Amino acid sequence: MQQRENAKNPKQTLQVRHSSFSAWQIGERTTGPKTLDLKSAQKHEKEKQQSASDQAGNSTQDHLEQALTYFERVKDYIPLKKNEVLQKHLATVENIALQRGLSPEGLDVLLNVALSGHLADTVNSRILKCLIPASVIAESSVVSAVSWLCVGKCSGSTQLLFLRWLIAMFDFIDHKEKLHALYGFFFCSLQDEKLCPYVCHLLYLLTRRESVKPFRVRRLVDLQAKMGMQPHLQALLSLYKLFCPELVSITLPAKMKTYFKNSESLWKAAINTIRRRNQGTSPTSQQLILGTCHPQSRKRKWNTQLILPACSTNTNNPTRSKEINHADILSHSESFPVEQLHTFSQLLQNLHRLEFPSQMGSVLRNSLLLHYINCVKDESIYLRLYYWMGQTLQEECTWYKLDNQQYEEEFKDFLDIVYKTECFLQEGFSSCEEFLYKSLPLWDGFCCRPQILRLVSWIPLSSFSEMKPHLCEPLAQLFFTSSLYFKCSVLESLKELLQNWLNWHVMQLDMESDPKISPLNTTLSGLVNSVAELIHFVGWISTVALRLENNATFLLYFILDFYETVCDVYLKYNLPLLLMPPPGVFYPALLSMDSVSLNQLCYIMYRYRTNLVAAKENELIKKTILQFKFSSQTYQEYNQYIMAMVGCLWTSSAFQKDIHPQGIRLDPEVLKKTRVQEVRNSFNIVHHPALTGYAILFLQQAWPKDKTLNFNLIKGRRWNWYLEYLYMQGLQGLKLFIESSINRVSQVSQTKSGNVQV
Amino acid sequence: MILAERARAESAMRRSGRPSLWRRQDVDTPDSGGMTRLGRKTAETGINFTNTTRFSRGLTFTRTHTLCGQSPTRRIIPQTSLLQENADPQKIAFLLRKQWTLYSVTPMYKFSYGNLKEYSRLLSAFVATEKQKGLAVEVGNDLGIKVILSTLLGLRGTDQDQAAILVQIALRSQLPFENAEDKVVWSGWFCCISGDDLSESVPEDFTCLSLFLANGAESYTAIVGSWFQKTFDCYFSRLTISPLNLAWMAAMWTGCKVDSYMAATELVFSVPCIPQSLDISYAIHPEDAKALWDTVQKTPGEVTQEEVNLFMDCLYSHFYRHFKIHLSATRLVKVSTSIASAHCDGNIKILHSKHLIGVLTLLTELAISQIQ
Repeated sequence: MQQRENAKNPKQTLQVRHSSFSAWQIGERTTGPKTLDLKSAQKHEKEKQQSASDQAGNSTQDHLEQALTYFERVKDYIPLKKNEVLQKHLATVENIALQRGLSPEGLDVLLNVALSGHLADTVNSRILKCLIPASVIAESSVVSAVSWLCVGKCSGSTQLLFLRWLIAMFDFIDHKEKLHALYGFFFCSLQDEKLCPYVCHLLYLLTRRESVKPFRVRRLVDLQAKMGMQPHLQALLSLYKLFCPELVSITLPAKMKTYFKNSESLWKAAINTIRRRNQGTSPTSQQLILGTCHPQSRKRKWNTQLILPACSTNTNNPTRSKEINHADILSHSESFPVEQLHTFSQLLQNLHRLEFPSQMGSVLRNSLLLHYINCVKDESIYLRLYYWMGQTLQEECTWYKLDNQQYEEEFKDFLDIVYKTECFLQEGFSSCEEFLYKSLPLWDGFCCRPQILRLVSWIPLSSFSEMKPHLCEPLAQLFFTSSLYFKCSVLESLKELLQNWLNWHVMQLDMESDPKISPLNTTLSGLVNSVAELIHFVGWISTVALRLENNATFLLYFILDFYETVCDVYLKYNLPLLLMPPPGVFYPALLSMDSVSLNQLCYIMYRYRTNLVAAKENELIKKTILQFKFSSQTYQEYNQYIMAMVGCLWTSSAFQKDIHPQGIRLDPEVLKKTRVQEVRNSFNIVHHPALTGYAILFLQQAWPKDKTLNFNLIKGRRWNWYLEYLYMQGLQGLKLFIESSINRVSQVSQTKSGNVQV
Repeated sequence: MILAERARAESAMRRSGRPSLWRRQDVDTPDSGGMTRLGRKTAETGINFTNTTRFSRGLTFTRTHTLCGQSPTRRIIPQTSLLQENADPQKIAFLLRKQWTLYSVTPMYKFSYGNLKEYSRLLSAFVATEKQKGLAVEVGNDLGIKVILSTLLGLRGTDQDQAAILVQIALRSQLPFENAEDKVVWSGWFCCISGDDLSESVPEDFTCLSLFLANGAESYTAIVGSWFQKTFDCYFSRLTISPLNLAWMAAMWTGCKVDSYMAATELVFSVPCIPQSLDISYAIHPEDAKALWDTVQKTPGEVTQEEVNLFMDCLYSHFYRHFKIHLSATRLVKVSTSIASAHCDGNIKILHSKHLIGVLTLLTELAISQIQ
């Protein structure tokens, strides 16, 4: 402790003498011991070690301060040779700087001495190489350092090294306003051939729109004429073009990769350590925003190559520089170039002064601009996108033009991007819709299949009368003649189409509840009709497909998946519409060999019930006549289906009780002729082909010794056990169905369920 | 020809084994002119979008066009096919007797006729920098290359049509004389004749100049086109002409009154299925062709699809009588008359200033149907 006290003394004296150090020194000292005291109180053992390392730290700190004091006092030329004091202090500074970095004050002292010309060049260069900030660099030190350049006391190589240091450390300078004021000074240094590449880089980092002036443009163009096509000049010029296209024009060659010499290399490792240390707080390095040419990968005629336009500022304001009226200043000169938009926070800060890119198609690759599109209500945005996308789709479609066939991959990628954008914006593009209507009749059902079918799911909700001839008919043709997997993917995308429409409807309901936003001029009946037509269409193709594919389980899964959305339309999407599946779907599912389908059907019927009950209750509560009432046909159909299901699965009376005209009711005489024993219960939950597997497993577990597999043992109490067993096997749909529908049936008609349960 | 296509389509259907649910527009071969050929002859089945309520945010403008770019079954031959009085005869003469490559252009965003000079400056600099990549150019400097944008007066079908724009690229003359003229190396022009359907349906910010014609090296077309695409967010696509539309042109142009016939009416057919394409040229004396057309046309000033079909069928049967070749089984690729000549690749040469507007009206219609 004593030693520590002693160690403090020189510091204090130092502090008195050099007020410039005071800020960070006080910080060091007051925080240092305090935490130590706290620790010593808690952990006695560690105290000693801690104080030892602290001592070491303090002593190096002392050395550093001594060194800094030494350098600060340098007023005249000091040679390096045989100057042990200088060498010692230099070594100290290098050591500590590389380990921990230097404080802003320390940097200030060293920068001053390095550029003052008092020291030998080798010393200057060693100092500059170890100027690594611990946190930030004060802008004022940079400004005073630059002022040394004006005096011209330091050599060319030192100036060059300083510029490289400035470029490498640019992001660590705390403010840049005063540095911007020095723009003209740096610009003048361009004439120095050696410094030019680095000055260009620095100017590139400093340039703002207001820095671009006609005389500077002229100077740069002259310089380029003198020096030739130097990449650093090209880069600076293209930035000038970005800000002021009305003053300068340049097209960068396609091959160019790097524009600036690497300035960071000397400090790279050190910078990385600082970045790691200040994680999150230090700014990310400024990205180059040069618009390079698109690589022309192959020889194709102009404009026949699929290129998403690059995001570039709208240059279509040629009057900007000439007629400077107030409106212009407000609208244009303040605008934020889209090329500089990289982060979401930038978007939020510049939302009021952001301009859309010159080619709207470029937003497809820029999620930030897609966010922005969502905030702006401007018809022209959509119209520009509409024309661009419509033409691109038409020109690149691989089955319109024979020439395009070899570029299928590119077209696929494009369709993928369009689809992703639609998902992002949660709405379909009309140009896509028209493209589908035009192209589907010519489509072979194979080329770009996943992409095309996904686009189908984003067709905007519109009157079905136009969809029917352009979408449904060609799609149905392909559907019936293509493979099982194609059928399933079509059903999948139609399900998503339905969900997108329903989601859109829910969103509209939300907006209508907000009186400020005027609802779109849509009628509910139009919407209900379109949705109903789509469901009918899917019902129709599903019925046919099941027959064509011999009731394939895989297909049935996708069909029932569609109806899982349909059965919940009323409660989940608040749309007064409930449509039952056609018998061509219902009966194959009910008599399916697969427990998955049966379980799915049970769940769907349970949801239908919940929706219908809710609708009925709402009708009773709101005594006013509702605009939309479910037709009695829906209830009737539901009841017919439920009779058939309960008859099948529960009361073993399917062949008698089914009253659906297309149902499975059979004459007892006919049944007799089949000579099947116990015909009546052949579809109940024990004997149903989808469930017999479970029944067998249940019997084996309940009566391990009985090998006869007597299904008739499952009755009474065991019937309930068996049910529990089925539920445990994951047949949750069956559980929901039985618990909701059977109990009700058993209450209403005791005899029906009584028969079985006894 | 229609019959033949139907037969071809039917045989294609049989091969693919699809059910016979097809409609005519379902089975167009992809190479026969692309989408503009869709739904040909079935205009009555076209769905009109005008009164349809859209359930989509964003595009609130009503779609006035019919879907699938159906071409009309009836076309009116414009009565006022004369150029307007303020037309500059020198400039009009410049447009004639040159081979132009056709493009369709989507409406241009924020194009302003008041800024043509400024556009010339910017485009000059752009062309200069594109020609020498990597070298910066100060806008407005003397660059040895000069682009001039100017309006083509008098080139209008209706009063609503936007003024046509001429773009020319000129190289500074290498000759040392004071008054040595710059050499025009490339020219192109935008126009939209009787394109009211489109221009009335787009907001004010957009300028409809849907037809673009270029003459000169394609590299220049690419540079100028790219600049327009970048600056006005429009889209250029090549405008090809389907055999059906070529037949329309053959009929319509044959029917035009011309004081003196300069060339024979010639139809070029290409025979498919042969590795080396075989072209059949069918030349008719223009007066004979006109006489045939006069017997076909029922109402003067109006042409119908049936009349066009009948006219072509007559020519085909005449050819068959002599050469035993069914031209209906081949593909019409080029039509040239005294009025103009057109190639299916999208090249056109207009010969008669009197019929300039008439030819451009039809081309504008085709361009608009391609961009909608």
